[in-house]
Amino acid sequence: MNISNQEYGELAKRRSPATPMYKTLPMAFVVGGLICCLGEGLLNMYGALGLSDETAGAWTSVTLIFLSALLTGLKLYDRIAQHAGAGTLVPITGFANSVVSPALEFKSEGFVLGLGAKMFVIAGPVIVYGISASVLYGIIYYLITLFQR
Amino acid sequence: MAVCEGKTFKFNNASIISFASVVGKVESDGPYGDEFDEVVEDNKGGAETWEQAEAQLQSKAFKHALSKANLTPEKTDLIFAGDLLNQCTGSSYGLKEFYIPFLGIYGACSTFAEALLLAGAMVNAGYVDNCGAVTSSHFSSAERQFRFPLNYGGVRTPTAQWTATAAGAAIVAPASKPPYIRAATVGKIQDMGISDLNNMGAAMAGAAYDTLSRHFKHMGTHPESYDLIITGDLGEVGSELLYDLFKRDGIALQKWHKDCGLMLYDREKQDVHAGGSGCGCSASMMCGHFLKRVQSGDLKRILYSATGALMSPTMVQQGGNIPGISHAVEICFN
Amino acid sequence: MIMEYVWAFVIGGAICVVGQLLIDLTKLTPARILTTYVVTGVVLGALGWYQPLIDLAGGGATVPLTGFGNLLAKGVRESVDQYGIIGAFMGGFTNAAVGIAAAIVFGLLTALAFKSSGSKINE
Repeated sequence: MNISNQEYGELAKRRSPATPMYKTLPMAFVVGGLICCLGEGLLNMYGALGLSDETAGAWTSVTLIFLSALLTGLKLYDRIAQHAGAGTLVPITGFANSVVSPALEFKSEGFVLGLGAKMFVIAGPVIVYGISASVLYGIIYYLITLFQR
Repeated sequence: MAVCEGKTFKFNNASIISFASVVGKVESDGPYGDEFDEVVEDNKGGAETWEQAEAQLQSKAFKHALSKANLTPEKTDLIFAGDLLNQCTGSSYGLKEFYIPFLGIYGACSTFAEALLLAGAMVNAGYVDNCGAVTSSHFSSAERQFRFPLNYGGVRTPTAQWTATAAGAAIVAPASKPPYIRAATVGKIQDMGISDLNNMGAAMAGAAYDTLSRHFKHMGTHPESYDLIITGDLGEVGSELLYDLFKRDGIALQKWHKDCGLMLYDREKQDVHAGGSGCGCSASMMCGHFLKRVQSGDLKRILYSATGALMSPTMVQQGGNIPGISHAVEICFN
Repeated sequence: MIMEYVWAFVIGGAICVVGQLLIDLTKLTPARILTTYVVTGVVLGALGWYQPLIDLAGGGATVPLTGFGNLLAKGVRESVDQYGIIGAFMGGFTNAAVGIAAAIVFGLLTALAFKSSGSKINE
């Protein structure tokens, strides 16, 4: 080839269209904002039923995850996500979608090695690093409280 | 350092005696939708899984090609076939029922050109009386192997390409009628330093440039010697890059160039981003459209250079690049 | 009452816009973004910076995955207070339990009830 990879890389960069951020950013904002408002509404609703803040929060999570699972099953979540981008990725519903969709997809390889084993193929790292970070924090927190006594 | 020039094989005794294509629903809604032999309406065609659905695409396409050639499996000497899936699943499961000597091949999306080239060589050399070339790809089986579960809300970037749900099959036999296979150039593995999984066009354009350039040189031809120069699935980004590369040699390739990835879908209405891709993309466009036009004499001489991104998800995760490859087959009316 | 939803919308939307910027500018894959969000939530929660955001925006701060991270940090803090160092290994999962269990169960039920679908365009 009469062109260096570096030169070619620059050419490729110039020819690759950028994401139209004037579209993606507002969509992410609006859809993400709406999902959060739905969460806020659910929190208030469960609060009005006399549940404590913590219990209402738990019910809100369960409800949102249920809705996300249902929309994933109905093939609507990924369609909305094509337009909403991070607006549907970042909320807890996106986490639920990342668990439900591989379960659905890999059911064809069986309930144990397919559905069961592949369920956390996307969300696994979230739990691994989330829990690890929290354990690390717990140890640091313990040491700090030790010194404060 | 001296660079290997390779060879361009010239054939004088190979005809594509029949060809057929089968596509999915989305592809049938594209601009060439009514040129394909069969449409699998629900993309699964009654199969249980996507892999089985892809295998059926191949078997259907091959059956059509056989019947058009008035051939039976017992009278077919050899098949070259490939697809995108691990272990060439689509080919080996799709073609097992025919019980024909089988050679599975892999060249990513360039596989159909590879199959045609090999079939042409085996026939031209006189080893076989006829030889099938079959390839397929399926959006859903590719998606679940290479990317994400189908119903996961991951976003595609603008440079990403859409794997075609399609299969193409051709039967090559000693020269009797057009289209004739006249020459072929085997591609070299080109690593252009591209590592973006969502930019296969950029990974493949260098390979197409290299193969086409060598083919022109060995044949003593120029782009204007051909009615059309057809690339497999460079898509929008890869096509632009190919023009850039030829422009440096003072050649305005866009005058003769068509890209199957940019033709299979209606990109205004169908949200396929940078275009189609997959072994079935150029196979179905060749078997559904271009070979017909050569057969009728509407096109006298075309150069078909299918392009493949030899992408290994494992290597990319390990920080490797995506090498590209492209094989050229010259197909003529005379 | 209205303002509480306005804040939930604005803060929740803004957190999503940051994620979109990561997608568009850095080409981070979704799994990496989710992981980054949860770990960021743990860190912000540990520093005590996330609670004020929840006080302001409610669902706007608890629904995004940073809120999940904050929940992990909070759980760990409470269980360390109660059980000492072993609490570091308890609190995260305790507080994540609802989210993870719900995702698993609804994932299982969805997989049993539905089939995976084909193309995402004009089907």
